[in-house]
Amino acid sequence: MTLSDVLPGRAIASRIRIGRLPPAGAVIPGLFLVLLILAAIEPRLFTAANPLAIAPREAFQPPGPAHLFGTDQSGRDIFTRVIYGARQSLLLGVGAITVSMSLAITLGVIGGLGGRITQRAVGWTLDVLFSFPTLILALLFASHLGNGIGPLIIATGIGNVPGYARMVLGQVVSARHAGYVEAARALGHSPARIIRRHILPNAMRPLIVTVTMGIGQAIVWSSALSFLGLGAKPPAAEWGTMLSMGRDFVQRAWWMTFFPGLFIVLTTLSTTMFGRYLQRRLEGRLP
Amino acid sequence: MTDLTVRPSLVVEGLAVTLGRGEHRRRVVNEVSFTVAPGKAVALVGESGSGKSVTARSLVGLAGDGADVTARALRYGDIDLSALGERAWRRLRGKDIGFVLQDALVSLDPLRAVGDEIAEALAAHGWGTAASRKRRVLELLDSVGIPEPALRARQRPDQLSGGLRQRALIATALALDPPILIADEPTTALDTTVQAQILALLETIKQRGTGLLIISHDLAVVSRIADEVVVLHHGEAVEQGPTAEVLSRPRHAYTRLLINSVPGARPRKPRAAPTSSDTVLEADGLVKSYVGPDGVGRLAVDDVGFSLRAGRTIGIVGESGSGKSTTARIALGLLDPDHGAVRFDGAPWAGSGEARVRERDRRRQRPHLGVVYQDPLSSFDPRWTVAEILGDALDAGGVPEGEHATRIGELLERVRLPAETAGRRPLQLSGGQRQRIAIARSLAASPKVIVCDEPVSALDVSVQAQVLDLLDDLQRETGVAYLFISHDLGVIRQVSDEVLVMFGGRVVERGPTEEVLGNPQHPFTQKLVAAIPAHVAGLDLVPSGAP
Repeated sequence: MTLSDVLPGRAIASRIRIGRLPPAGAVIPGLFLVLLILAAIEPRLFTAANPLAIAPREAFQPPGPAHLFGTDQSGRDIFTRVIYGARQSLLLGVGAITVSMSLAITLGVIGGLGGRITQRAVGWTLDVLFSFPTLILALLFASHLGNGIGPLIIATGIGNVPGYARMVLGQVVSARHAGYVEAARALGHSPARIIRRHILPNAMRPLIVTVTMGIGQAIVWSSALSFLGLGAKPPAAEWGTMLSMGRDFVQRAWWMTFFPGLFIVLTTLSTTMFGRYLQRRLEGRLP
Repeated sequence: MTDLTVRPSLVVEGLAVTLGRGEHRRRVVNEVSFTVAPGKAVALVGESGSGKSVTARSLVGLAGDGADVTARALRYGDIDLSALGERAWRRLRGKDIGFVLQDALVSLDPLRAVGDEIAEALAAHGWGTAASRKRRVLELLDSVGIPEPALRARQRPDQLSGGLRQRALIATALALDPPILIADEPTTALDTTVQAQILALLETIKQRGTGLLIISHDLAVVSRIADEVVVLHHGEAVEQGPTAEVLSRPRHAYTRLLINSVPGARPRKPRAAPTSSDTVLEADGLVKSYVGPDGVGRLAVDDVGFSLRAGRTIGIVGESGSGKSTTARIALGLLDPDHGAVRFDGAPWAGSGEARVRERDRRRQRPHLGVVYQDPLSSFDPRWTVAEILGDALDAGGVPEGEHATRIGELLERVRLPAETAGRRPLQLSGGQRQRIAIARSLAASPKVIVCDEPVSALDVSVQAQVLDLLDDLQRETGVAYLFISHDLGVIRQVSDEVLVMFGGRVVERGPTEEVLGNPQHPFTQKLVAAIPAHVAGLDLVPSGAP
C-alpha cells in the first residue's frame, strides 16, 4: 500500500471519529422526518381543525393566513389534511417496506443459503417477476385485493419484492463466500452458528440504508396507486388521494395538488438523504 | 535510438511534498534529491508510508489535489517542471516521461484490448497514422518480450497472465520512447521467475539508453538493476548512494534493518531434534482436478503427499497456479480430494469415495488445526472487534465464556500486542498487527498444526521478518507444527525444516531445505534458487553485529 492510498482512508476514519455534528444534509431531512412522525402520532399538535369538516362557503380559498395551504372544493383545510395524511403515508411507507422486506429476505436467504438448484430456482423466479414493471405488479395485486389502506400496503409491498429479494440474494451469496466464513468453518463452528453470527448480520447490514430509502419510494408508489383510484377512497386525508381529487381542479386551484405533492416529494427526499447519510456513516467505518 | 548525450536527465533537488487536509496535513516527503540520467537506474526504496509513491507521482505532476510540491530544483533537461500547468504536463507525460503504474490489472482498461490501449497512448500525442500506430503496437509488444504480439494485442487484460499484463503496461509507457521511465512497484505481486523476467526487461530498456526510476519496497529485487539506491523512511532519504556501496556498507540503521529483513537472509536456526516424533498431519497421494471455464478438466494437484511431525515445519513453495493453495485447502479439510487421503492427529481427516470424512466428524477436531491466510482482513468479520474475533475462536475451542477475557489477554501477549488492541477493529490495525491477530486466533485452542497460506506475502519486509520471528518463537514455546505455503523461497528457507517444490500440480523436488537449496535438481527449482538475490544467498555482504 502506498501513502496516497492510505491518506484518504485516514481522513474518512478521523472525520467520523471526531464525532462532530452531522452535516446539514442529514440534520434537515432528519428534522423533517421527526416532525412528520410527530404529525403521524398526534396531528392535533399542529392543527386544531378537522380534516373532514366541510365548509362549502369556504371552498377554493387560496393559501393565506386563515388557510395556510388553502381549501379544497368542499372547503376542507388542506394544511390540516396534509398533516393528517402524514399518518397514512408513513403507515403506508413503513408497512409496504415491511411487507417487501419480509418476503424479500425470506426469498433471498432461502436462495442464498440453499443448494445450487434452490439458488437457481429462486433466481429465475425473481428474474421473471423482475421483468414486470413494479407499478404493473402492484396494480395487479391492488385490483385483486380491493380498496383501502391494507390492500394498498400489500400491493405496494409485493410490487417491490423482486428488486429487494435480488439484492438480499446477492448479499447472502457474497457473505457466504467471504473469507471470514471460511475462517469460521476452519475454526469448527457449526453451519447454524455461522449463518446466525456471520452470514445473516453481514448480509442484512447494507439493507438498513435500503429500507430507509425504500420508505420514501413506497410512499411514492402507494400515492401513485391512490392517484389511479386503487387506494384510499375520497374524502380520506391521504396524499395520493388528495392529488387525485385535486387533478380535476388543477387549473382553478393549484394548491390542491401542489401541497400534497410537495409533501410527497419532501418526504421521499428526506428519507433518501437521511438514508444516504446512514450509508456514508456505515461505509466509512466498515470495509 | 537517440544519441545518449542529448538525452535529458531528470534532476530532483530538495523535493518536499505536503499532503492531507486540516489537522492531518503533513509533510510526507522532505528534502529528497536525486538525478535520473540516461541509461542509468535509480531505485527509490521504502516501506508503506515512506513517501516513495508520492515522490514518483510528484515527478509527473500527479501528486493529487491539495498536494503542495516544492523543490529547489525539479528539472527535466532544460524544462522547469515545478512551473508547469496541467496542459503542459499532459504534453510531457508519456512522451518525455513514461509512467508505469502499480498494479497492472487495475491500471489497464478491463474492457479494452491491450493493443488499443497502447495505440491510444500514441494517438494522444498525435503519433503517426492509424496503420503506423498498429505496426508500432506490435513492435512494442514484441520489444517487451510478449510472444505472439498480434494475438496478444487483441486480448483484454484479464485474458493475460500477471507477467504479460505487466509487460503490456510497460509497453504502454514505452510507446513514445520516453527518455525517462518511472515504474512504481513493477515487480510486486509477480511470481519469482516472472519477476526475474521483468527485471531483465527493465535492464534491457536501461541499456537502450532510457533513464529509469524504480519505486519498490523490495531492496533485494531492485538492487539487481539499480545503479543508485535512495532509501526512504518517513519521507526522508536516510541513505543514498551507489547500489553496491549501500548494500555492502549500509550506514543508517534503517538500511541495515531492511537488508537483514530480506527473507532468507537468515536461514532457519538449527533446532533440537523433535522430542516427539509423532506425525500430526499426513497426506498421501492427493489428487484434485478442476473443470475450467472452457470445460476442460485440469489437475490442480497431482499425487502430492507429505508427513508433518510435531514441532516441525514443512514448506511448500511454488508459483501461482502450482497447486500449493489447493493442497493447503485439502489439508485443512475445506476441500475434498478426488483421490488420496489426509490423516490429522492419527485419525482420518479427509478422503475420497468410501473414505470420505463427514464435516460433522471433523468439526470437533477443527480448533486444533489452525489457519493463517495471506489477507487477514478478509478473514475477519468486518463488524467485530479483536476481542469478539478471538472470543469466537475460544468458543470454538470450548473455552467457557467466563474465561474469555483472561484468555484474550494471554493470546494478545503471546503475539506481542498490547492488551488495548482487544477493543479495536481490524480495519484500524496495521497489516502486521492484523496478521498477529490472525495468528492469535489460530492459537486460541492450542492447535497441533497451523496451516499458513502465504502469511507474510502482503507485508513490508521489516514486518515480514517480525512475523516470521513470532511464528518461530511460538513453535519453540508450544511445539506446534506448520504447513507453510509461500511463493518466496527466501521465506521458505527461513522457516522450513523440509521443503516441497510444486510445479504444475506436482511435487517436483523435496527434501531438507538447505539440501534442496544448495543442490537444486529440477530446472524449476534451479530457476527459483537463481532468483534469490546473490547478496542474500551468499550471506557475505550482510554486516555482522547488525540488528
